[in-house]
Amino acid sequence: MRVTFTVNGSQQTVDDVWEGESLLYVLRERCGLPGSKNACEQGECGSCTVYLDGSPVCACLVAAGQAEGRTVRTVEGLSDTGLDPVQEAFLDAGAVQCGFCTPGLIVQAHDLLERVPDPEDAEIREALAGNLCRCTGYEKILDAVRLAAARRTAK
Amino acid sequence: MRPFAYERATDVRSAVATLSERPDAVYLGGGTNLVDLMRLGVVSPEMLVDVTRVVDATIEESAGGGLLIGAGVRNGDLTADPLVRGRYPVLAQAVLSGASGQIRNMATVGGNLLQRTRCSYFQDTSKPCNKRRPGSGCPAREGDHRNLAILGHSSSCVATHPSDMAVALAALGAVVHVEGRHGPRTVPMPGLHRLPGDEPDRDTVLEPGDLITAVELPELPFATRSRYRKVRDRASFAFAVVSVAAALDVADGVVRDCRIALGGVAPVPWRAELAESALRGAAATAAEFGRAADIELAQARPLRDNGFKVPLARNVLVGVLTDLAEAR
Ligand SMILES: Cc1cc2nc3c(=O)[nH]c(=O)nc-3n(C[C@H](O)[C@H](O)[C@H](O)COP(=O)(O)OP(=O)(O)OC[C@H]3O[C@@H](n4cnc5c(N)ncnc54)[C@H](O)[C@@H]3O)c2cc1C
Ligand code: SF4
Ligand code: FES
Ligand code: FES
Repeated sequence: MRVTFTVNGSQQTVDDVWEGESLLYVLRERCGLPGSKNACEQGECGSCTVYLDGSPVCACLVAAGQAEGRTVRTVEGLSDTGLDPVQEAFLDAGAVQCGFCTPGLIVQAHDLLERVPDPEDAEIREALAGNLCRCTGYEKILDAVRLAAARRTAK
Repeated sequence: MRPFAYERATDVRSAVATLSERPDAVYLGGGTNLVDLMRLGVVSPEMLVDVTRVVDATIEESAGGGLLIGAGVRNGDLTADPLVRGRYPVLAQAVLSGASGQIRNMATVGGNLLQRTRCSYFQDTSKPCNKRRPGSGCPAREGDHRNLAILGHSSSCVATHPSDMAVALAALGAVVHVEGRHGPRTVPMPGLHRLPGDEPDRDTVLEPGDLITAVELPELPFATRSRYRKVRDRASFAFAVVSVAAALDVADGVVRDCRIALGGVAPVPWRAELAESALRGAAATAAEFGRAADIELAQARPLRDNGFKVPLARNVLVGVLTDLAEAR
């Protein structure tokens, strides 16, 4: 099967895709974009979060064919120049330990701040409920989202 | 995962025709349940017919004064819709209480209604399960059933239906629009999902090839006073242990009308009709709400480890109705 879609602003055509491959597999193994991570493959951890037509989804549960003709944005494509403010805030707040959950959290937090520039803590927790982290205990992650929100609104 | 073909449907009729001819084919909505079950080997269709670009994905006012929700509407868009939030808050709350933002962005209304049970034996192909392999047995009856049914189960299956959205739709008396081999028809809720009896492999009354095209909400003015409450093992991102969807119409301290459904307790979204009729005309007090809950739950047949769901369902039901009676 051939899949043609837009990834991080450029159109890509991928040939010989097996129907059973997920969008996550296509991105990581065929498009050279290993940012989104593969952990549970069941929609439970959020480490594979990417934008599909502007909404964050779990790429592990998207069949490759479902991406045909659509627009995907991964953690690698959040910023054209250097790091996005959300990425910077994760570094500055020390919200990264092993880093496996980080790309998914960054995409999900990025979407939250696009919709709700100044979220309450409860909104941050609810938005990130589908992203699991085994290392940090989440406090620094909340700090990072608050920091990103403050920096974005200050701009 | 077994090899399969992927096809994108071009229109509703041809999608129905394809599935009517090929018993090994299934519809694909958002894929958040189907792709998972295929990966686990629970289902192995030979063809997926992606219907997300042919079923309607809009929410509109219906001729009958209600709302017509396309089966392709994403769960996330449903929770954000101002008409749904304003007129049927119980539905927006129910959908919002399920899964995560990422899953809701992908999941469709049609797929949500037809998602399969979360019984752990059903999902584990190394175990017997009458729902997955008819006649192989039901290990849950004697095994892990803490989170399974107290109402409506049979000796062949004690699973619960996992959908939060379906509980709200059953309470509201939604009507499911279906396109089938012999043309369009409607199926009322409750009534779409079926009790297991001795055929637990059939979750619904739908026939092969039936495509859900829309869900219609009836005009129900008092549903502006409605609520969904879900009890789960952690604060967010878990399936219901028990849930209650209710709408209440109170005037001068008396219940004029009400709609109640329970989730997490039965193989179907459980419309509490006995409780509803006990409440019509009764005083809107916690004592009467408790009496109605007891009448409904007198039918419960808890299993060894899930008897706690009976008082839990009672308490949540009384709590929700009391809040609704006090709300202005
Ligand atoms: C980690 C996780 C947590 C979750 N938590 C919850 C929760 O707390 N509460 C809850 O309610 N749900 C929960 N869900 C389930 C989620 O709501 C469902 O997976 C989703 O609603 C299914 O919709 P879909 O469009 O992705 O369906 P699909 O996976 O595409 O399809 C599901 C079934 O419906 C059929 N189908 C799809 N569309 C149609 C149609 N138009 N007509 C006829 N048949 C159709 C398919 O053939 C398939 O059998 C969770 C899921 C995951 C992965
Ligand atoms: S309760 Fe139903 S789904 Fe679970 S093991 Fe028994 S037959 Fe299978
Ligand atoms: S890998 Fe997709 S949600 Fe865990
Ligand atoms: S930093 Fe290790 S999982 Fe989150």
